[in-house]
Parts: sequence; C-alpha cells; structure tokens
Amino acid sequence: MLTMIGKRLMFAIPSLIGVVIVTFLLTRALPGDPAAYFAGPAATKEAVEQIRKKLGLDKPLIEQFFRYTNDLAHGDFGNSLTTGQPVATEIRNRLPASAELTLLGLIVSIAIAIPLGVLAATRPGSWIDHLCRVTTTAGVSLPVFFTGLVLVYVFYFRLGWSPAPLGRLDVFYSAPPTVTGFYLIDTLLARDVEAFRSALSQLILPATTLAIFSLAPIARMTRASMLAVLASEFVRTARASGLSPATVIVTYAFRNAMLPVITTLSMVFSFLLGANVLVEKVFAWPGIGSYAVEALISSDFAPVQGFVLTMAVMYVLLNLVIDILYGVIDPRVRLEG
Amino acid sequence: MKRRDFLKSVSGLAAGAALPAVPSVISSAYADARSETLLIVSEGGPNNLDIHGVGTNVPGYEVSWNCYDRLISHEMKSGPGGVPYYDRDKFKGELAEDFRIDDMSVTFKLRKNAKFHDGTPVTAKDVKWSLDRAVSVGGFPTFQMSAGSLTKPEQFVVIDDHTVRVDFLKKDKLTIPDLAVIVPCIVNSELVKKNASEKDPWGLEFTKQQTAGSGAYKVTKWTAGTEVIMERNDDWVCGPLPKIKRVIWRMVPQAGNRRALLERGDADISYELPNKDFQEMKANGKLNVVSLPFSNGIQYIGMNVTKPPFDNPKVRQAVAYALPYQKIMDAVMFGLANPMFGAPKDKPTEVAWPQPHKYNTDMDKAKALLAEAGYANGFETTISFDLNFAGVNEPLCVLVQESLAQIGIKATINKVPGANWRTELNKKEMPLFTNVFSGWLDYPEYFFYWCYHGNNSVFNTMSYKSAEMDKFIDGARTAAATGDKAAYDADVKGFIDLAYTDVPRIPLYQPFVNVAMQKNVSGYQYWFHRRLDYRALAKG
Repeated sequence: MLTMIGKRLMFAIPSLIGVVIVTFLLTRALPGDPAAYFAGPAATKEAVEQIRKKLGLDKPLIEQFFRYTNDLAHGDFGNSLTTGQPVATEIRNRLPASAELTLLGLIVSIAIAIPLGVLAATRPGSWIDHLCRVTTTAGVSLPVFFTGLVLVYVFYFRLGWSPAPLGRLDVFYSAPPTVTGFYLIDTLLARDVEAFRSALSQLILPATTLAIFSLAPIARMTRASMLAVLASEFVRTARASGLSPATVIVTYAFRNAMLPVITTLSMVFSFLLGANVLVEKVFAWPGIGSYAVEALISSDFAPVQGFVLTMAVMYVLLNLVIDILYGVIDPRVRLEG
Repeated sequence: MKRRDFLKSVSGLAAGAALPAVPSVISSAYADARSETLLIVSEGGPNNLDIHGVGTNVPGYEVSWNCYDRLISHEMKSGPGGVPYYDRDKFKGELAEDFRIDDMSVTFKLRKNAKFHDGTPVTAKDVKWSLDRAVSVGGFPTFQMSAGSLTKPEQFVVIDDHTVRVDFLKKDKLTIPDLAVIVPCIVNSELVKKNASEKDPWGLEFTKQQTAGSGAYKVTKWTAGTEVIMERNDDWVCGPLPKIKRVIWRMVPQAGNRRALLERGDADISYELPNKDFQEMKANGKLNVVSLPFSNGIQYIGMNVTKPPFDNPKVRQAVAYALPYQKIMDAVMFGLANPMFGAPKDKPTEVAWPQPHKYNTDMDKAKALLAEAGYANGFETTISFDLNFAGVNEPLCVLVQESLAQIGIKATINKVPGANWRTELNKKEMPLFTNVFSGWLDYPEYFFYWCYHGNNSVFNTMSYKSAEMDKFIDGARTAAATGDKAAYDADVKGFIDLAYTDVPRIPLYQPFVNVAMQKNVSGYQYWFHRRLDYRALAKG
C-alpha cells in the first residue's frame, strides 16, 4: 500500500513541474501590464518603470522564472498585488471556505442523485426515470450564477427565509477560532450554537446551487452503471437464488456499480472546487475561485500561479485517494495495482 | 468515506497552520447594538491600507481618509440639492489647530493633545517624516504631491515640537489644496520606523496591513477581498467625536445582491450600482439616493490627432455633430449625469469647468463637414473602451457606433480588458475611444494641464499638441499663482474656447457619484475623492 502511494507520488512530480512551467509562461503571456495597472491612473511613464523595477518585472524572463521557482522551493508563493497579501496565506485561508461549500454541495447532491439514479435504473421508463431525466437536464442547463441569483431572489429578497448573501457568517457574528477552517465544525468545537446556525443558514443556498448543478453527472452515471450491472449474470443468479430485491440491489448490484460513480464523484468534486467561482461571486463567498478570477482580471500573476498549483496538487491527491478507494471497494484493483 | 476524512484533515492542517496569522478580533461582536454599527457593501475593497503603498487602489483611499489625519482639510458648504459638499476654497485645520500662509511658506501649529492610535503624541517630526515619505516613495503619492509643487524633503521644516513649516519651491495656487488631499496623511513615524527594514526604509509593508495614524477610525480587522472592520478612535481630537462606533465594510461582488441587501434593510450604504438601479431606487423612494456630479470630471470621446483621419479638425467636428448625446443621457445614464453638450449658440464662455460645448446631434452638418474634409464616403476605424466600466462604456459605444454609421464612419468596437487599459492609453495609438477623467483638485487649469497640455501626459489621450493651447494653460497657472484675475479669466476662457473649436476630445457628460443609503442614515458629505467620510455619518 505504502509503496503504491510512494510510486504514485513520484509519478506526480513531473506533472507538477510541468504545471509550474506552463502557468509561469501562461501568466506572462496574458495581455495587460501589471506595472501600468498598479502604478495607478495618474502614473507617468517613469512611475510605471519605477513600479516595474519594484516588482522585478524588468528582469529577463528566465531570471524571473528561477527566482519564482526558488521562492516556491521555500514555500513562498509570492504576494498578491490586488489584495496585498502573501498568496500562500490567502489560499490557506480561503481554501477551507471553498472546500466546505463544495463538500456540502456534493453531499447534498449525492444524497439526492444516487437514490434517484438507483431508482431510475431499477424502473427504467417509469415516472421516476423521467423525473431523473428532467431534473438532471434542468440542473446542467441552468448556469450556476442564474440558479444562484434566482434562489437569492426568491428565498432572500422575496420570502426572507434565507439570511443575506454576505459570505460565510452573518456580519454580526464573530468567526469561530480556526481549528479546521470549516465553520460548521469550528463553531461546534467552540460550542457556539448560534454561530453554527448562522454558518449553516449561510451555506444552504450556495450549497443547493452547487448541488443542482452537479446532480446530473452523478445521477446519470449511477443510472447507467446500475443498468449495466443489473443486466449482468451474477445479478440474474442472485435473483434466481431468491434473494430479496433489496439485497440484490444494495448489496450486490450497487457495490459493483460504485466504481464509475466514484470516478465521476472525484471529477465532479475537483471540477466544482475550481468552477464554483460564479457561486462564490453571487454569494460573496470568500473562497479561492473568486480570488483567482479577480487576480486574473487584474493580471496579478502570483495568485493565478498559486491557484493553479494548488489545484494541481489537489488533483494529484484526489486521484491518489480515489485509487486507494478503488482498492477498498474492489479487491481486484488492488491486486493489479 | 475515507476520502472525505482525508481531505478534511488536509485542509484542516492547512488552516491550522494559518492560525497565528489571523487573530479573531471581532469576538462578542454581535452584542454590539446595530444602531452604532454601519454596514457598507461595495463591489471592491482595499488592497492596501496605506495610500503611500505600491499600487493602492481607490477603496484603499477610503480607509486612509478615515484612519489618518492631515494637517488641513476643507470646510463644508451646501452643495447641489442641499447635500453638504466640500468647499474648494475654504480650509480648516485638522491636525493643525492653526496655520498661517506667508508669501513663500506656510506654517502649521499642531494640536498639542493629538495622539496616534497607540497613544504616542503627534509631533512635528512625525509630520516631517510623513511628508518626506509622500514625496520620496515614488509612484502615485509622489506624483500627487508634485502636482502641488511639493517635491523635496527640504521643503518640510521642523521648527519646534508642535510647529512645522512647508516652504514653497515656487508660487503655486495648488500647493495648499494639495496638502488637503488624501496623500499627505500623517503617519506614526516611530511605530513605522520600528517595523521598517533596510529594503523597505519607509515601512510600507507594515502600514499595508495595519493603520498607524491618528485618525477618527482604526482598522481592527481586514480580510482582503472580504471585509474591513473599523472601530472609532475615542481619543480623536481633530473634530467632533463621530457618531458611528464601528464600520463593517463588506465586499459583495454582485450588484443585484447589493441592491437586494439595501432594499431588505440589511445593508446601510452602498455605491457602485448600475445607473438603472439607482434610478429605480430613486423612483420607488424606499431609500435615500444621493446623486452629485463628479467635481472636475468628464466622460468624453477622444480622438488621436496624430493620425488621419482624426488629424483633420473638420473630421473631429463632424464626429462632434454626429454623436447621439441625448440618447446616451437617457439610455445609458438614465439621466444621472450633467449634459456637457448643446449650450445655446450665443452663450458666452464662462470661467468655469466643466461647462457644456455647443455641439448638438446634427447629422446634416456632420455629413457636410465630413465631405468638406474629403471623406464624403466615410472611413473605417475602431472605437475602444475599458471593460472595467463596461456597464456604461459598452452601451455608450454601441450608440456611438450606430450614430457614426449614419455619416458613413464604420467603427468596430474594441473592448480592452481593465488590466490592459492603461497600457493602451499610454501607447497613444487608439484612434477613437471613450474614457473618464476627473481631477481631485477642482481647478480648470489643473484639468487642462493634464488633459490638453503639449507635455503630453498620460491623460492627454489624444496626443493633442498646440502651442497656443500651452500658452493659455501656462498663462492661467502663472496668473493663478500671482493672483492676476483678469489674465486668469482671459486664459481660462481662451483654453476652453480653443478646446471646443479644435475638439480633440468631445465631452459627453459630467457623471454623478451615486450613493444609496437607508432613510435613517444621515450626514453624507461629498468629497473630491468621492469616497465616504464616516466621521460625519449618523444612524437613527
């Protein structure tokens, strides 16, 4: 097991080096001149040059690159110019916000999509199958920011059931002392039930928005994979042996149908983490998605590089975890690995 | 699920490592009475708490304005619609309890009881250090100081612990006003020096993260891109104690949500909303909406006069007759702007800026002028705008494009990303474009010096050069400094007339600053920097 993990991590190194080089070059190829941007509206040409020198952007590209990799090796991601903070700190502070939102969205999504997919597969052509098709199609075809805005309009502005879309906590609550960075957990650790309720109520709308969006791949994949498994011979044998339908579906079919669903889950998760930019914008959520986009708009190199690198590392880790999970679910994978 | 546990522990570890960096300051926050707290929502927040920093953005100015004091500030007068408006010509002491302007210097007596946030008294050496810093750090602050002929540390002289003299390099009417803008703020020199390094002698890294001033508010928590929390400095002596105890300033990127927050009564103040929203909020009357014209600011259509076809004044005049001014006012600005066009033919030029020009939409005249210039069949060009302000710029350019097509000018729209806009302006190659300029110092010659003078500053976006124009502008600056009113008036009228005959840029309108607030919020004041002054605000 450990050698497998070690091996996998070794394989990840070349791809990480590739990511470092590509993001460096890509950010440099972006249109826009950070020096002119940060010199301010009233800058003269000399002022722009002064800033360029201060930022080290007057050096040759290769020197900039070595300086950048050297800093990276020391754990220094550089400073963001738009927010003025070290990128590493910002990503550390913002990642839990995005992760908490994404995870909750994913949990809600799984809780709805998997039963829906399973039911749809066991009764193909029935009303539940159609319901599955309609909800998933609607979910993917509605852009997230639109769903988000509609939810805000209905549940906050019209009905007033939901709190103001102002980030992770109501403005008059204080953030819990950071333990995990997940407010739902931290508030409970701090025994602050009020703050927990506030954090939860702030999470409901954005998490629902994400869940609606990610329903489709999970439900469709569950349905397809269940259909394939239900048509296979061992299920027929199980049925013929007189096992109860529940046992057949849950114990035999579902476990075997899990593998592709897990793969989809990992894809959906990583993709949601990066793509919940719009949800973060709509709900003023202090996550990494909105951070990266703002940096991109102002040609702020360091956060963009830091964001892509963090994402790359997360993908590598995620894939590793998924591979290990395969082994847990299906022993045959372990033998081959 | 092992995978999830694993992820949680990973991000948990990461967050744990961040613990010492983020002190939780706002504990017991919700116990505070709402009435003493002001909740502001806006699109963007500061990137630096110190205006002397590298690339501090406009929201950062608001923090500086409220958390630092200057030697002097402006008096208030009653502005349009009875809203308090800063008085360009009247100054009052802020940190200075008294000041005396002599022929070639100004002497400030400091308040003896003024203290920085950490309790150290404000002394003359702090003032000198801060002004030295402003003229030395480079970039925007140094540039702004130079606009008032404040360029050398030798100009700032400590007389005794509570007296400072500022020497003039030359006579300049803008020197005193320039000491009342945001930049010459007084910084706690001992505190900052302690936190400076050899690489960073002015301690910019330190003041970027925290306020080190003597102002009415101090930043107690700042999460970049998310929120700024400011508490009142109860020991502030430079004015009456502000009514608002604490200010929570949240960044809400979605304009629709900012409006929803206001209308539901959750947020107290917001700005930076689309004009349409402001107009609707004004109409339904649930909120107070204040709209005041930008002082010394104009949105215009500019033309590059160095290249054909816009090197020909006839072509420029043709464009000036072809612009859909009224449509822009109605459909883009929703009436929230002062028109800068269509003055009556016989109206004499005033000694004032901005003032409307005499062009109006007149397609026949435009066609005739274009034919006279030898472009009877029109030509092709591109019209560029800054995507950061796409809400106004995009519909505006579409209307202009449509209108120009009627006289045969085919304009393609070129959308320039915000990060790139200044680079493009600096290149001075865009043939046709729209932009806004507004000056902190509200004097016509200041505006013209930056926008029309042959020294070709970045704001002379048209690359316009005219010996006659330079003579008027330089003449007005000299006349202002020496107090020669007749010469000043003649020169100001001269450059305005010339700017409107040559029309290198065509003013469209003077935009409004729009601020929406709850009915129970009072005390809003208009300042040249167009940001909020919390010191005057009150709730309930």
